[in-house]
Amino acid sequence: MKLSLADLLFYAVAVATLATAAYAVFTRNIVRAVFSLLGTFFGMAILYGMLSADFVAVVQVLVYVGGILVLLLFAVMLTANIESARLSSPAAGWSWGLLAAVATGIILLPLALEAPWLQRELDVAGPGTATIGRSLLGNMLLPFEAVSVVLLGVVIGAVVVARLRRGGQDGEVQR
Amino acid sequence: MIQVGLQHFLMVGALLFCLGILCVLTRRNAVAVLIGIELMLNAAGLNFIAFARHQGDLAGGSLLVLFVIVLAAAEAAVALALILAFRRQVRTLDVDQIDSLKG
Repeated sequence: MKLSLADLLFYAVAVATLATAAYAVFTRNIVRAVFSLLGTFFGMAILYGMLSADFVAVVQVLVYVGGILVLLLFAVMLTANIESARLSSPAAGWSWGLLAAVATGIILLPLALEAPWLQRELDVAGPGTATIGRSLLGNMLLPFEAVSVVLLGVVIGAVVVARLRRGGQDGEVQR
Repeated sequence: MIQVGLQHFLMVGALLFCLGILCVLTRRNAVAVLIGIELMLNAAGLNFIAFARHQGDLAGGSLLVLFVIVLAAAEAAVALALILAFRRQVRTLDVDQIDSLKG
């Protein structure tokens, strides 16, 4: 078996994705953690592209990098004291978290490697956007509409929650 | 190093999920906990797409992941609002100190 260029690219992207994710997890500087996530999300988009899921890759970049990452940056910049950013994400005790993570890894990794997954011979996958669009307005119409209702609720709920102000002496909540 | 197949993507997903669990359980800043949740959602999405690609129904897997991504964005927006409200009410983001349900 000879390694093709695509295989080498996969290994490079996978290592970069995991390394940036690990840095985001282990650094104590929350600003650096968020910027490190940029690499993770882009790496995930490239991995989606390697699996020929072109539309998902584009949505990953649009929503995660363009939306969620910016939201996280807003959360950091609006809450953290920039002067104390170096120590802005302290770790609670490592023991239980490490135990849970290692236990999950012990279960998941051998499962991923050794389980007899059903695998078909890979065919060449063309652009899948047309199929996805037809499906969203066809048999997946109900979930699609349900998600738009959820998004409307989220927009209203987020504005209401973020606008709550602490009241005066009597502690009543003013809007 | 062998040729890339389904197992490789599952490995990346599993490792990413473990990192997410570690982040959620050990970090004390609420924003860092949110980062861990996003990592876990990404790991699940990668598994969805990998399975879908290797079982011939890429569009179905893509749809699931699209819904996951949209709901992750919604969750991040609500979490940001909650974090801002917490910051204003209790002056801290330490999840170990935010332990009362009534501000």
